Amino acid sequence: MRISPDDVVLFEYGFVKLNLTIVTTWALMLIMVIGSACITRKLVIATKISRWQSILEMIVIGIKKQIEEVGLYNAERYISFLGTLFLFLFISNMLTILPFYEPPTSSLSTTAALAISVFFAVPVFNIMEYGVINYLKSYVKPLFIMLPFHIISEFSRTLALAVRLFGNMMSGVMILGILLTITPFVFPIVMTAFGLLTGSVQAYIFTILASVFIAAAAQESEGMKE
Amino acid sequence: MNSITIIGAVSIIIAGITMAIGSIGPAFAEARAVAAALTSIAQQPDVASTITRTLFVGLAMIESMAIYCFVVSMILLFANPFWNFVITKAAGG
Repeated sequence: MRISPDDVVLFEYGFVKLNLTIVTTWALMLIMVIGSACITRKLVIATKISRWQSILEMIVIGIKKQIEEVGLYNAERYISFLGTLFLFLFISNMLTILPFYEPPTSSLSTTAALAISVFFAVPVFNIMEYGVINYLKSYVKPLFIMLPFHIISEFSRTLALAVRLFGNMMSGVMILGILLTITPFVFPIVMTAFGLLTGSVQAYIFTILASVFIAAAAQESEGMKE
Repeated sequence: MNSITIIGAVSIIIAGITMAIGSIGPAFAEARAVAAALTSIAQQPDVASTITRTLFVGLAMIESMAIYCFVVSMILLFANPFWNFVITKAAGG
């Protein structure tokens, strides 16, 4: 039994390996880019807008509102990163209703890559906002003794972010595989529906946690400015 | 009992124990969190959306403990490094 779609190698040349995770991620990227390009090709400002434009506006406004509720008040700055994270995770978790589809998020390499990009996004956004000195000063905030704990928490929360998403999605795939051998008739469908719920909640949580990390670091840097 | 049998048996038993003990704590914690959130929503239905959002984030944090245990037991069952080592050793002679 294989534990992730990483083990399905479709093409191999030297050290270049093309596995199912990468191919699915490319397909998702194509779907998202082509879909949003088709929708945003003819945007109008009018009382009567097309159906697809209104869906896209709802999504963007919804994500913006959620980011603002966490405490990042100029949400336009962050929506390109956080919104992309959310949409990618949401679509990749939702497409599990398709047969023979394995979500790329059920491989640790995808979730680790996303978590590492969050790990780097926190300092980048905060240095852009408050400058290097204020950001670095927030590491030694109450006392200098706290420096190692701040650094450890940076790494451990990145690890937790990656393993949480991977574990949730992998357990969904795994439970389905096990159930198909025990009760193959109706019960897997129920678990698939439950997997859709977990998938959407996990996409939401990943995004919210990323924005909470950025907002927490921003608050500390803000405190250093005065 | 040779070493292959010992490693296989110990891996399976520890995987079961990991899941069993590791899911007790998160189960209690999630039950308490949901109960507290339901009480708050019943008292103040106006802020139900904020409570629900915080509840989901908190539940995910709690649940990640159980997920870590699950990942460890899955590694023990399906991607066990000690098992693979012993098997390659046995195959190689």
